Amino acid sequence: MFHERFVKGESLIHSLDPRVKLIVAFLYAIMVALSSKISSLILASFFTAFLFVLSRLQICQVLKRILTVNYFIVLLVVVMPFTFPGRVLYSLGPLAMSKEGLIYGFTLFWKSNLILTTMLLLLSTAGIFNLAHALHHLHVPEKLVQLIFFSFRYIHVLQREYQKLGAAIKLRGFSPQTNLYTYKTYAYLIASLLIKSYDRSERVYKAMRCRGFQGMFPTYKHFQMSPRDKVFALISGIFLSLLGFYTFRPF
Amino acid sequence: MHISEGILPAPVLAAGAILSIGGIALGLKKLDHERIPQTAILSSAFFVASLIHVPLGPSSVHLLLNGLAGIILGWISFPALFIALFLQAILFQFGGLTVLGVNTFNMAFPAVAAYWACRPLLKRPTKLNIGICGALAAIIGVGLAGLFVALELAVTGQQFVPVAKLVLIAHLPVIAIEAVITTVVLGFLVKVKPEILGIDIM
Repeated sequence: MFHERFVKGESLIHSLDPRVKLIVAFLYAIMVALSSKISSLILASFFTAFLFVLSRLQICQVLKRILTVNYFIVLLVVVMPFTFPGRVLYSLGPLAMSKEGLIYGFTLFWKSNLILTTMLLLLSTAGIFNLAHALHHLHVPEKLVQLIFFSFRYIHVLQREYQKLGAAIKLRGFSPQTNLYTYKTYAYLIASLLIKSYDRSERVYKAMRCRGFQGMFPTYKHFQMSPRDKVFALISGIFLSLLGFYTFRPF
Repeated sequence: MHISEGILPAPVLAAGAILSIGGIALGLKKLDHERIPQTAILSSAFFVASLIHVPLGPSSVHLLLNGLAGIILGWISFPALFIALFLQAILFQFGGLTVLGVNTFNMAFPAVAAYWACRPLLKRPTKLNIGICGALAAIIGVGLAGLFVALELAVTGQQFVPVAKLVLIAHLPVIAIEAVITTVVLGFLVKVKPEILGIDIM
């Protein structure tokens, strides 16, 4: 379930330095989130398309993932034409659909999906451990980086634990319904999961102490910027400055 | 409920980011190196538990459990929930990068508030107190989280007000369900593993 589906790949995007990817993704996300001009969104789309081509991912996989997280944005897009004041295009009883609202909703949809897709292309192809490592080199507090490492390691373990508990209650004939009994059963399940996790964390910590853990991971491997990373960073930099200039110019 | 990318204006995004960075910094300060594995494992337990969908009529809702997380972790909820949201953004594309600050604040501030409200009561874990704690944790945790999302949308523009109301209404049944679940979880923890809650019954 927590499989990093987009990590496998041999493309240029997959092999880029995660530090570069993180910075580019972050700057891109901020710029697109703050722009409202259709023209800058078109410009940004070119960059996302460029990344997509380089990533050699399958389009249907990417689309499927992006569409499944669109429920909130689709709700907004559907509501916007009716709540945004503007020239009425179409009236349906008490509801009036405005042209401005339609455009606004569409802009939100586009913006949101551009950022999501770019994040997928840049960050979901990097792998959590690599990203955590990159965050370390970008001077994110060491405790936070360690928390990311451990948490990502343990969500798999706990997911398995949860499935085991789930299977156990199912074997005893539990079928979830809307009633107090169901909610209580889930509560016991959650409590067991917490207790098991707590016990496990004690064991893990003791085992780590026995092996000489002193509260931090030494890093042996350091990222090395290859010429490819530099070229990619340069292209992205030029593009992002262009986008920034275009979006925030006062005229 | 996560706010998606590209909706909120810059001031709201910046305010969320700044408040969350402050909360995370405070949480990390309170976190000893020794407790990192424990915190991470509890934070992944909340990550997994919040993916549980419980049935509600013909549909289902997923739990937030930020109130419960707050009771157990206190200020450390900020880094713990931040990481859960970060992992969700990278693994499933839920939420996003620019809204990470806002979403962290929406979840973690209510968690800390629940901690302040419930911890004194749990010093004397009677049945009544546990029930009150469970209800408080759900009302504060889920209720405030919903309220924040609604307020942030409403501040963004008049056009979002109907959606903001809808968001608030959608959180009401979750509050009720979580109140039950949190109460039972707390009761169970008090009986079986009180040290998770930092209390000694003996």
